[in-house]
Amino acid sequence: MTGLINWIVQVAELASFNLRTIPERRGSAVSSMVGIAGVVIVLVGVLSIAAGFRQAMVSTGSPSTAVVLRSGSDSEMTSGLGRDEVRLIEDAPGIARDASGPLASAELFVIINLPKRSTGTDANVSLRGISPAAYAVRGNIRMIAGRRFTPGRNEVIVGAAAAGQFAGLDLGRTIRIGQNDWHVVGIFSSGGDVSESEIWTDAAVLQPAYHRGDTYQSVYVRLASPESFKEFKDALTTNPQLSVTPVRLSDFYAEHSTVVTEFIQTIGVAIASLMALGALFGALNTMYSAVAARTREIATLRALGFGSSPVIASVLAESVVLALVGGVAGGLVAYLAFNGHHASTINWQTFSQVAFSFAVTPGLLARAVLFAVVIGFVGGLFPAVRAARMPVAAALRET
Amino acid sequence: MKFLRLVWANLWRKPLRTTLTGLSVFVAFLLFGLLCVVRQSLTAGVSMAGADRLVTRHKVSIIQMLPVSYEARIARIPGVAAVVHQSWFGGIYKDPKNFFPNMPVEPEKYLEMYPEFVLPKAQERAWIADRTGAIIGRSLATRFGWKVGDTVPLMSPIWRRADGSGAWEFHIDGIYDGAKKSTDTSQFFFHYTYFDEGRSFWKGMVGWYTVRVTDPAKAAEVARAIDAEFANSPYETKTEPEGAFAQAFAQQVGDIGAIMMSIQAAVFLTILFVAANTVAQSVRERTEEIGVLKALGFPSGMVFGLVLAESLALALVAGVSGLGLVWLFTLGGSPIPALLPVFYLPTPDIAAGFGLVVLLGVLAAAGPAWGAMRLGVADALRRMS
Repeated sequence: MTGLINWIVQVAELASFNLRTIPERRGSAVSSMVGIAGVVIVLVGVLSIAAGFRQAMVSTGSPSTAVVLRSGSDSEMTSGLGRDEVRLIEDAPGIARDASGPLASAELFVIINLPKRSTGTDANVSLRGISPAAYAVRGNIRMIAGRRFTPGRNEVIVGAAAAGQFAGLDLGRTIRIGQNDWHVVGIFSSGGDVSESEIWTDAAVLQPAYHRGDTYQSVYVRLASPESFKEFKDALTTNPQLSVTPVRLSDFYAEHSTVVTEFIQTIGVAIASLMALGALFGALNTMYSAVAARTREIATLRALGFGSSPVIASVLAESVVLALVGGVAGGLVAYLAFNGHHASTINWQTFSQVAFSFAVTPGLLARAVLFAVVIGFVGGLFPAVRAARMPVAAALRET
Repeated sequence: MKFLRLVWANLWRKPLRTTLTGLSVFVAFLLFGLLCVVRQSLTAGVSMAGADRLVTRHKVSIIQMLPVSYEARIARIPGVAAVVHQSWFGGIYKDPKNFFPNMPVEPEKYLEMYPEFVLPKAQERAWIADRTGAIIGRSLATRFGWKVGDTVPLMSPIWRRADGSGAWEFHIDGIYDGAKKSTDTSQFFFHYTYFDEGRSFWKGMVGWYTVRVTDPAKAAEVARAIDAEFANSPYETKTEPEGAFAQAFAQQVGDIGAIMMSIQAAVFLTILFVAANTVAQSVRERTEEIGVLKALGFPSGMVFGLVLAESLALALVAGVSGLGLVWLFTLGGSPIPALLPVFYLPTPDIAAGFGLVVLLGVLAAAGPAWGAMRLGVADALRRMS
């Protein structure tokens, strides 16, 4: 027991001694911290793109909403439903109802080209035709400016994120799509989800504008409760008149975010790992020179009776503290620089733009700092072992 | 030149430190090179674009189709040398993860429009004669191990067959190579007639047109003439140079160039800091020696040059091997062909990388070398204890 306490005291003494002498080795200590901070900034920066994109996609749809597509379709774009099918879907059990009937919205999904505000180049923006029940189905639509469109008119409302990213989507402006003019009468928010990247109008007006006759591409429904999904799904899939696939909205969007998220994450982790290797060499350099500069000190300590493991632990502690400081500083810079930065990218799975904000989440920061600590630990380990292995007599003689 | 040995010896006075610094520079340029490769791949369409080619698409969006009858109307417009159409088939081979572009085209005209797709004459003739034939790019062939004579089924979630059967079957009649390194050889082309007869709806509609102009200087004029031809029709068009079209398409992902540049800048600055510190440290340790050199009569400029040369030598050896390794790596082809179809290190990037290597070597040594040059002999020698 006393042995253990003694060991802890030795480690604490040596570590605090090491840390207090860092200002003596300012240059190399700072370079090691900058190296690690750089890794953390890049890691957090790139992964915050993936996190923000995923957040926008996954937050779309509560568990009690579902979307119905034609069987075999992987997105709304390749789906198609006739009026009769829509009617059968609306009558299915499990759907919530209000005074005006079932909470089901038959929708059209088309893509239009609008210039991005940032680059001026054309981007694919989603234009969605909705039925009156759409607001009640989504449940999170809030007008932040203007009003809802009037059914039957060439009016659109624009998601807040789309309004920020694409040129011409300002309240009161008119956008020309093909041969039709659409008047922007409102800007809406939906809590940061994918709907905010879209433009909405009346499906009944969009159908003739796009020569779609009386067809739709999807039906969005609000379920009576999250548990009603099974009942709803069974009713649709067993109906011989229908060939459709219902999916919970949350699963639908999570699936649609996989390609982009995985791509960014793969690239981000690859870049950060390589950079970490570079920073690791820097950290090793710092600690080797720290140990070399103190050869005689360490030998003296050993001669005085300090064990080799406290020497190792104290060198490691110094390296880890430097990495921690560098990592936290990098995380802070990354947070200030990237968090909330608005951007948009194309989601290949829907071939349309998703506007989102970079998200530097606490989990991401924790992972990055842990990453930094690992670099510091590995960077300190070899120099620490070398310090402990130095023969005392030879080291004392060193000048 | 005669001091090369001195520079070399100085460099290796602390082999461990030099090795570690060299390795971090090596990794930095490895990363630089890889980012260049990725950026090149993500914007491949831009460098593939021909200066004499225009793209005509539906004005509202490329997913809206145009009538096939536009082909003849475009061909009649003055200044148009040739016109072909392409459509997005969206065919899936077994699993959506096996993504590659596949498009119905008119074989003969298409190959004339895109001379960068190099196909042996015999295979070209076989393809033109085979209604269900297809040609594939070299990298696609390698990816799935497809050979001439294979039959490949594709499912398209967009295009259902009129006869109700699920899969469209194709015979591989040829494998094309790229005329340049920037040519995308991950694509799959097949007969428009097979596609049009087989599909169940939207017959006679095509995705977009590629137009060759007789005089690239008049491209803008021809583009305006094409759009004017179809103005106020149910299918209005937007015509732009192939380069601008590809650029806009790449920009849809985001400003790839800016993102890559900022990462490269972060990497460069970080490593510069690490390297500069090492050089400074090694110069500090040698203060006495520099004093001795000066006492022996080495001019200040020479001392400056020696420190600089040492740093440059390290940066060159490490940085050039980093870039070289990336270059070797790209010879093996793309590890993720679905996302990065084109995979090579462009020559301008190699030059830029080399420039950065030199810059790193100079910047890292600038401060310490300046200090060494200004060092007074007496001061330096007094530090010897």
